[in-house]
Amino acid sequence: MSDFVPTKEKTGLQRVVSSQPFWVTIALIALVMLMTAMEPSFGTSENVANVTRNFAPFGLMALGMTVVIITGGIDLSVGSIMGLVAIVAGLFLTWHYPWYVAFAVGLFSGLACGAVNGFFVAYVGMPSFVVTLGMLSVARSLAVVFSANQMLYQFGPDAPIVKAIGQARWPLHGPQDWAPHWIPGLSSQFWTMVVLALIVGFVFNFTAWARHLFAIGGNEEAARLTGVPVDWIKFEAYVFSAFTASLASLLLLGYNGSAINAMGQGYELRVIAATVIGGASLMGGAGTAFGAIIGSAFLEVIRNALLMAGIDSNWQGAFVGAFIVLAVLLGMQTGGRSLLAASLAALMPKRSR
Amino acid sequence: MPVLEVRHVSKNFGAIQALTDVSFQVERGEVVGLMGDNGAGKSTIVKTVAGNFPPNDGEIVVDGEVCHFHKPVQARAKGIEVVYQDLALADNLTAAQNVFLGREMKKGFWPIRVLDKQAMVDRSAALFKELKSETRPRDLVRKMSGGQRQAVAIARTRLSNAKLVLMDEPTAAISVRQVAEVLELIRRLKAQGVGVMLISHRMPDVFAVADRIIVLRRGSKVADKQTDNTSPEEITGLITGAIRGE
Repeated sequence: MSDFVPTKEKTGLQRVVSSQPFWVTIALIALVMLMTAMEPSFGTSENVANVTRNFAPFGLMALGMTVVIITGGIDLSVGSIMGLVAIVAGLFLTWHYPWYVAFAVGLFSGLACGAVNGFFVAYVGMPSFVVTLGMLSVARSLAVVFSANQMLYQFGPDAPIVKAIGQARWPLHGPQDWAPHWIPGLSSQFWTMVVLALIVGFVFNFTAWARHLFAIGGNEEAARLTGVPVDWIKFEAYVFSAFTASLASLLLLGYNGSAINAMGQGYELRVIAATVIGGASLMGGAGTAFGAIIGSAFLEVIRNALLMAGIDSNWQGAFVGAFIVLAVLLGMQTGGRSLLAASLAALMPKRSR
Repeated sequence: MPVLEVRHVSKNFGAIQALTDVSFQVERGEVVGLMGDNGAGKSTIVKTVAGNFPPNDGEIVVDGEVCHFHKPVQARAKGIEVVYQDLALADNLTAAQNVFLGREMKKGFWPIRVLDKQAMVDRSAALFKELKSETRPRDLVRKMSGGQRQAVAIARTRLSNAKLVLMDEPTAAISVRQVAEVLELIRRLKAQGVGVMLISHRMPDVFAVADRIIVLRRGSKVADKQTDNTSPEEITGLITGAIRGE
């Protein structure tokens, strides 16, 4: 602890420039501009619709993951919860229940998984890594058992509605619609993500609940001593994460028009990667809704760009891994400045005389 | 009427007798130093008064009212605030956010009840000014000096106009200049009529601000002396047992 007293409060702009999501956004814009210039098929509205649809489920889950990671925890079970939710909803559809009943039961099963996670982490006090690792295994296994290891696709009378929800687009192209062809028809997944991101962003910035969430990540004992309902908020965080996984699962179920028990396999690591690239700290206490979305978008754009550039898809993992490390390196704080700003200052010292 | 009266309090944890029949009182605007060696029962006293656990025997009386605390929140509702040894601050939040942690000011109507950030920043600024501290409400606690952190923890106690502030080792682990700052903060609390219980190992600090010194030894009170009528040598003797107490 030093006697160092900063002479000035940081201005809003300085705070933005020293944040990790800012640099990732810059990198994303640069990447998009580069690809648009080099690859004519990249900038087409069709590809934009594609890319935004592909990362939307990850963005959705990254929002939930961010909430959990802010508390200093982690949720490894989101991929498996997706699988279970899809199978449960799929089963009810094949049994000819109306779509809303199937979706509600699917959602309920996902929330139940989240509640089990939250109970063991918050009230029993077990490490989140262990609890959600257990749930990763249990939920996937249940999905396989319930589905009898079959793909479900004979969805009964409500199949068209389910499909319409998953494949809905806005704005629409066509002679009777207003949108010109260069505006991409964005998917329902994307719009759901945008709405949820706005809600989460609002909550993070303007509610006492989020204050308490961040305080738990910063100093859980302090939060407890000041009367913050720590256990309840941690419980809610895991339920919210499961909620985002369920939502992503139901939208994908609709888009695919079928349910497989392998849905979401391995997604948890991509979601965590997106969250970390977006500036959430695995130590807890830091994270933004914007960062979660940008991180997910960044991963998908890299994937898409490599594909379009004709690079062997087996290279994707190497690039994604390198970018995870690079993004966190850029956002690392050294003496209140981002590492990038600090190294720029070291390379080009200001002349003083 | 004393703001705090501890009557014949005993506390044991299993076979360990932490406190035996301890009684004392704290008046308004009085600074009482609580001294004793490690394991003498200082922390147990603090935690009992702060409501972390109830005593096995005896009672805690606040402003003439017998209280049974089971949670810190209940003690706080009666006007007892604690500045914990580790200060209980969240590093990733700003000074103002820490001051209002757990009792944020809100505006608007349900379901859209949002934080009244400006009001909280203004109120914190006023509190820091009242404490004559250079702490700025929007600074992150992570970037603050030890003295500034103390100011944040103390400002928190001023939020509710506490009657009694318990301070657990506020001058441990900070620099000399910052110690002076913290002692000044304690004097300011006293000037505003708040009772202060200062738990400390550091003899000079206690003698600098305390009106009265209570010495605990092996869970019992061995001395309760006006600071003017005693000396560091005598207190040291009482703490170590070289001098027999009451």
